[in-house]
Amino acid sequence: MSHLTPSADRRAADIAAFSRRHRFHWFEALPWLIAVAAYFAFPNYLALGSQILAIILFALSVDLVLGYAGIVTLGHAAFFGVGAYTAGILAANGWGEPISGLLAAAIAAACIGLASGWIILRTTGLTLLMQTLVVAAMLYELANKAYRFTGGADGLQGMSVWPIFGMFRFDMFGNTAYFYCLIVLFIGWLVVRNTVNSSFGRSLTGIRENVGRMHAIGAPVAQRRLIVYALSAALAGVAGALTAQTAQFVGLNVLNLERSGTILVMLIIGGIGQLYGAFIGVPLYMIAQDRFAEADPTYWYFWIGLAMVFIVVFLRGGIFGVVERLLARSRKR
Amino acid sequence: MADIFSSIISVGFHGLALAMVLYLISVGLSVTMGLMGFINLAHGAFAMLGGYLMTWLMSRYDVPFGLALAGAVIGVVLISIILERLLYRRFYGGDELDQVLMTMGLIFITIASVTYIWGPVTQPMRPPAALSGQIDLGFRSFPTYRTFLIVCGAILVTLLWLALERTRFGAQVRAAVDNLRMAQTIGINTSRLFAATFALGSGLAALGGGLGAEILPITTFYALENLVYFLIVVAVGGLGSIRGPFVAALLVGISDTAFKYIAPEFGAFFIYALTMVLLLWFPRGLFGRT
Repeated sequence: MSHLTPSADRRAADIAAFSRRHRFHWFEALPWLIAVAAYFAFPNYLALGSQILAIILFALSVDLVLGYAGIVTLGHAAFFGVGAYTAGILAANGWGEPISGLLAAAIAAACIGLASGWIILRTTGLTLLMQTLVVAAMLYELANKAYRFTGGADGLQGMSVWPIFGMFRFDMFGNTAYFYCLIVLFIGWLVVRNTVNSSFGRSLTGIRENVGRMHAIGAPVAQRRLIVYALSAALAGVAGALTAQTAQFVGLNVLNLERSGTILVMLIIGGIGQLYGAFIGVPLYMIAQDRFAEADPTYWYFWIGLAMVFIVVFLRGGIFGVVERLLARSRKR
Repeated sequence: MADIFSSIISVGFHGLALAMVLYLISVGLSVTMGLMGFINLAHGAFAMLGGYLMTWLMSRYDVPFGLALAGAVIGVVLISIILERLLYRRFYGGDELDQVLMTMGLIFITIASVTYIWGPVTQPMRPPAALSGQIDLGFRSFPTYRTFLIVCGAILVTLLWLALERTRFGAQVRAAVDNLRMAQTIGINTSRLFAATFALGSGLAALGGGLGAEILPITTFYALENLVYFLIVVAVGGLGSIRGPFVAALLVGISDTAFKYIAPEFGAFFIYALTMVLLLWFPRGLFGRT
């Protein structure tokens, strides 16, 4: 009997650790407190603030496929762009209701995610990377071609977004837009948090770490990867719709390779697969970009490039990873 | 009828010229990916640097075309050796994501550096007098420079094939692609082999960038804008082979020219669609190893 006791103990400990993960910690309130504080502290930067909140949601969606499911994608702008164009085209053609616009964007992006995922997720490695890239590139060319609907290279103009619930008008100072983005981000974050802490989320991590074993224990690997891909696409679509509705403009750049690449950079600066990387990396990147890129885009590219090389060589796991390692070290002492 | 025939010849000719440039640039990428398992997105940056160095030597110091090209290749090879020893080496066989991030960073640094040094305008490419104008091949005339490009490409492809199939170095590369551990076991110095292959690949990219400056114009975003094309050639061709990228480059070069001739408003859409289908059919590329 004695050989069973440790394993029973171990099981109890595992279950305890698992439920601890799902309980809310005090530090999880921090991003939201900071976001509300930022509203009062920087009333002149609310437009930038709303953009940051929307892009955090986009980064969360990428974290879900990349950090948890281990699907390396260079084409997530596809879903961001589909969401942005869906909400944009609706608003430009007489349906400016924002909430249903978000839902339509989520559905459209999820459909594209399902369809493309069903085709491309059967590949791995470089081939998969190429497929994600090619899907986004095809949508880019289509959006460019369909200028009657999308405005092509000139961008989609003439969007008019109605007040939220018919009550809160999008004002020129961006007060409404800021809280709108904040609330949508909060909901999106709850969705992602619940997903990664569920047994479904754990099985995704299992697939990332060892596909062979997950197959061996009978997990429906292909189905789970497809579901998380579509879910992530929907979230990315919502993020794109948020950007479109708050900026009242959609340009072709919502679909380009640079967007797919820079979202990876932002996420990696913060830390991948930790749920909070997006909340650190995106604001850092976008505030720095706002400060430096306007003045001189050339220098901006230089420094961001240098930062990327530096992070990969010295800061494994991003800022969040480094902080976690430092904390772990201090706890040991 | 004669019109259609003439268009086909024209598309084939320009497609072939594009294919040669794509092949020269991409073959090094294919070999480094197959050999070291390294996704080097910054490979196009070496081609871009080659183009910049060549046009700069030609316009600023009036260096003749051939010498300028040689200078550009040597310059890029030196830079690539330094980068390989300092940076790339740490990531061989490592995490895909780290490689993607680091090489994207290198692309950004290169874009900023060339804008700083040479300014944001497209670099002019003026072929020497002997290579400009048209050449009459009996049944019709073709642009001389592109004809030269195709001949050059064909010679280089043959040389490269001979180097890989008939020399000791080539045999070592093939051995290491097939089975890295076994190659190390029988005493091949793979670290030095990696450096040499990397330098060779980068040099070929610089050559492609310089020679092809007329087809793929030398602009600051060269490495990012053409990246998809280089990756398509490598992924469709199959990693670690030199024959695969050649077939893929021909396919991509000619079909891209044809699609852009038939339906220019769709841009590169069809070439992406073709890539997707080919990759589903041959997930390891046309000539990939299993």
